[in-house]
Amino acid sequence: MLGISPKIESLLTSVSDPEIPVLSIMDMGIVRKVELLDDTYNIEITPTYSGCPAMDTIGDDIVTAFKSKGLNATIKLVLAPAWTTDWITERGRKSLEEYGIAAPRSAEVDKAALLGEANTIKCTNCGSLDTKMVSRFGSTACKALFQCNDCHEPFDYFKCLK
Amino acid sequence: MLQEKLYNYLLHLGDNSMILGQRLGELCGHGPELETDIALTNISLDLFGQVRNYFQAAAQLKGGDATEDSIAMLRYEHEYRNTYLVEQPNEDFAHVIARQFFFDVYHQLVLRELMKSKNETLVAIANKSIKEVDYHVDFSSTWIKRLGDGTEVSHAKMQTAVDTLWRYSMELFKATDTEIWAAESGVGADLDKLKPIYLERVSALLEEATLQLPENTVFQYGAKTGMHSENMGFILAEFQYMQRAYPNMKW
Repeated sequence: MLGISPKIESLLTSVSDPEIPVLSIMDMGIVRKVELLDDTYNIEITPTYSGCPAMDTIGDDIVTAFKSKGLNATIKLVLAPAWTTDWITERGRKSLEEYGIAAPRSAEVDKAALLGEANTIKCTNCGSLDTKMVSRFGSTACKALFQCNDCHEPFDYFKCLK
Repeated sequence: MLQEKLYNYLLHLGDNSMILGQRLGELCGHGPELETDIALTNISLDLFGQVRNYFQAAAQLKGGDATEDSIAMLRYEHEYRNTYLVEQPNEDFAHVIARQFFFDVYHQLVLRELMKSKNETLVAIANKSIKEVDYHVDFSSTWIKRLGDGTEVSHAKMQTAVDTLWRYSMELFKATDTEIWAAESGVGADLDKLKPIYLERVSALLEEATLQLPENTVFQYGAKTGMHSENMGFILAEFQYMQRAYPNMKW
């Protein structure tokens, strides 16, 4: 999508969200544009949530990753178009689930689940669908806290954002 | 001139969210239960994130040495454009929720208008913020219903909070010169148009929660033009302490 070389892609893939280390920024879909101007890569990233405190760190991490290969990079934060959970790649969703965070569902399923109208979020520990929401706001702004009624394990659900 | 008007409008938008965010931040570690504590501070974080976007845009307009931090931290009390509502103290959980609900419904309506603004920056910020604020409205509405239509004690506390805070609600809709300019130029929200929708939404939800709006309310106006309540001094004393004590310090 970004039209970048495999080398640059693998560099960007090596950078991850500091709060969800298994998820690379490429799989998260926050890298919006990469442009080579003279000898500098101008990279545009977009925040997941307005107040996401990880954005500064992610920007620094990208610059550091490029520097380690002798390349220059500058970071620009763009707001539009606004990030949506649809931009998380299939591989990203899989890594989330393996890490113990339920991946975001469609807007309708999400709403029903958060309002407690339907049990549709699968427990990442035992796979049961008999789960309940404990809190709409979890350990970070992008997650809600759930608990499994079968194995009783608490787990995070990555909220749908559209 | 035009830039100055837009700058002032950005302050109107940012200051409400910032002062409310600061009030919610006071609850960090003090919420009535862990999940609520986390929820309220997450809402605070959303608001501060949105404020950063407004003030980064404001700093660009202002030019010179202005930064998002100097705009947030280095103004004097009378230069803040937030309403009385968001300055009100946390008091108890019912007050926190009533204040939040009265603001959230307004906030959501304004953002929906800003999504159609003639100013591209505002459109971008509003499109980003609305997704977060939709969650805030759900959160505060759910609590209003749970507490209002809950036990005798929770109902009484919720009703007291509504009675106390309602008088500050209409200031949100009393347009200042800046807000009139914003509405007329298509940059900002037309508050007169939003007011009836607001009243309808708030009344409907309160009714569902078996709560009542107080009658014969004498509404309070003035904070938006710089005449803040006593609360504001204490908020700013805490908020600005580091920058005033150690000018230009950075994390």
